Amino acid sequence: MNIHEYQGKEIMRDFGVSVPNGHVAYTVDEAVEAAQKLGSDVTVVKAQIHAGGRGKAGGVKIAKNLDDVRTYAEEILGKTLVTHQTGPEGKEVKRLLIEEGCDIQSEYYVGLVLDRATSKITMMASEEGGTEIEEVAEKTPEKIFKEVIDPVTGLTPFQARRLAFNINIPKEALGKAVKFMLGLYDVFVKKDCSVAEINPLVTTGEGEVLALDSKLNFDDNALFRQKDVAELRDLEEEDPKEVEASKYDLSYIALDGNIGCMVNGAGLAMATMDTIKHYKGDPANFLDVGGGATTEKVTEAFKIILSDENVKGIYVNIFGGIMKCDVIAEGVVEATKQIGLTLPLVVRLEGTNVEQGKKILDESGLNITSADSMAEGAQKIVELVK
Amino acid sequence: MSVYINKDTKVIVQGITGSTALFHTKQMVEYGTQIVGGVTPGKGGTEVEGIPVFNTVTEAVEKTGANASVIYVPAPFAADAIMEATDAEMDLAICITEHIPVLDMIKVKRFMEGKKTRLVGPNCPGVITPDECKIGIMPGYIHNKGHVGVVSRSGTLTYEAVHQLSEAGIGQSTAVGIGGDPVNGTDFIDVLKAFNEDDDTEAVIMIGEIGGTAEEEAAEWVKENMNKPVVGFIGGRTAPPGKRMGHAGAIISGGKGTADEKIRVMNECGIQVAETPSVMGDTLINVLKDQGLLEKCKTV
Repeated sequence: MNIHEYQGKEIMRDFGVSVPNGHVAYTVDEAVEAAQKLGSDVTVVKAQIHAGGRGKAGGVKIAKNLDDVRTYAEEILGKTLVTHQTGPEGKEVKRLLIEEGCDIQSEYYVGLVLDRATSKITMMASEEGGTEIEEVAEKTPEKIFKEVIDPVTGLTPFQARRLAFNINIPKEALGKAVKFMLGLYDVFVKKDCSVAEINPLVTTGEGEVLALDSKLNFDDNALFRQKDVAELRDLEEEDPKEVEASKYDLSYIALDGNIGCMVNGAGLAMATMDTIKHYKGDPANFLDVGGGATTEKVTEAFKIILSDENVKGIYVNIFGGIMKCDVIAEGVVEATKQIGLTLPLVVRLEGTNVEQGKKILDESGLNITSADSMAEGAQKIVELVK
Repeated sequence: MSVYINKDTKVIVQGITGSTALFHTKQMVEYGTQIVGGVTPGKGGTEVEGIPVFNTVTEAVEKTGANASVIYVPAPFAADAIMEATDAEMDLAICITEHIPVLDMIKVKRFMEGKKTRLVGPNCPGVITPDECKIGIMPGYIHNKGHVGVVSRSGTLTYEAVHQLSEAGIGQSTAVGIGGDPVNGTDFIDVLKAFNEDDDTEAVIMIGEIGGTAEEEAAEWVKENMNKPVVGFIGGRTAPPGKRMGHAGAIISGGKGTADEKIRVMNECGIQVAETPSVMGDTLINVLKDQGLLEKCKTV
């Protein structure tokens, strides 16, 4: 799960990790009021969307006075920002972060991620702050330093020190940088983060070490014990179809094509998309109905697939293990009737109770094309949506 | 021979009184698996389906002599269940549970360092040695006894591969689902090593997916060490970057973990990769023919 920059900074502040003073604003008046409250010489007006690259897209402005704040807030609020992470359709700005400006001396990068090779959390740091870390990794990999963290001890002060020395944090700011890193690790483990990226981390003329930006992502599987984090979810930042699917425990991801897919199992769902593409078709979505699908779930899955106007046909591919084919078949028939489906529908069933499942489909009197293998089904649906 | 489990494996079920666990316990017993006990804290001394229930894994092991455990405990408590099985010195713990928090698994992995227990999973379908022992949630009837090893990150894709093999008259020695999570126990290389040393395995199908670099590392290992043919498949060629495709581990991030890169490395290491999932079986059969192993691999 993603949250906004200002929310991430609030969490960090709660853990004693230093961030600039700032307030969220939903309207222009709130923005001016927030700037007044801050009373700083320079104020930063920052668009809050769930995507990076906001500065380049015109979503971050430096205001020298309250009139500037008003002008920039008017300009940015309601604007659709297109960055390399939003896709071509962009994202509308509905919230602003009004933040105290600071006297930046140097910019750094600090991040925490899971290192899959060691099954441990790794802290990465670089003196190439403000640049995408992937770009640094490609061009100057020697400028990225890593510390693998033992979960028993957590990040140790000597590791944080080593990182701070390696990225050339000035001596007078060293202690604060170490404290920052230790605090960030604390946030990461106590709030079940999956990614924590501070880019840039800055040192200021006043000798402070501050997170100028913050990107915190959280482990969806841990939200049951992070209720306060779960409440920060901003549904407006997500695809409405993905939000709807998550209510029914369906794993759905919208894509650009015109063939709706309903599959059980993540691996098979990906493989089904690949197979459609192989036969020159275009999948409209990834959808895993999971192992325990019911008629209700199948109906909802159909509704979500059909709410995508690009969909011209649906391919259901089921390999019943725990899931019984007759249950799926009943669900498909029921859902088709309820929705009054008129688009072409291809169903491939295999596995537990496959014969009963096929019988239910055959006897339903509905216009369902059946297929005996994943490839055959893919070929048929690609043909039907032409 | 076979890998990890056989007809002598004695199994306990952790979380046996839950509805999913109970359903699959019945299926496993029906398949012929020796289920010797179950564990549900607070329900010790009772019985389900004629199987004795214990309060702790240690007690279950003492009373039944079990050497393997299958875990269906709900995600918030599953990490603890794995550590309990490890503490009881089980040879094997297979964790079916999905949605375990990553930070829990990081602790589990650290806890298991230097201990004897092998963890398979979490978020996996389990392990099956056809006609001998089925531990997990896979449909038993699609499997036939034979000499092809199957190892996979995905449950339903494993069924797909096994089904294609069985339909073509090719049996399996053991099928191992290692699970779709970014932090798991047994990895591709562990299973490939075991298949390489197993007299009953003549060839291997390895099924991977986008995310991480486990397939690339396994391919390098195969090139250096494997003396049996390996074919592969990678799911998620068409998956967009930055999106988690169902499995927590199936995500392309920072340009890493793409299907094309994995396929490239696998090909370089001498692993033939099936173009589509529908031809996983055919790809293996062609390799078996080329190497004169086809007759040997026919279903027993």
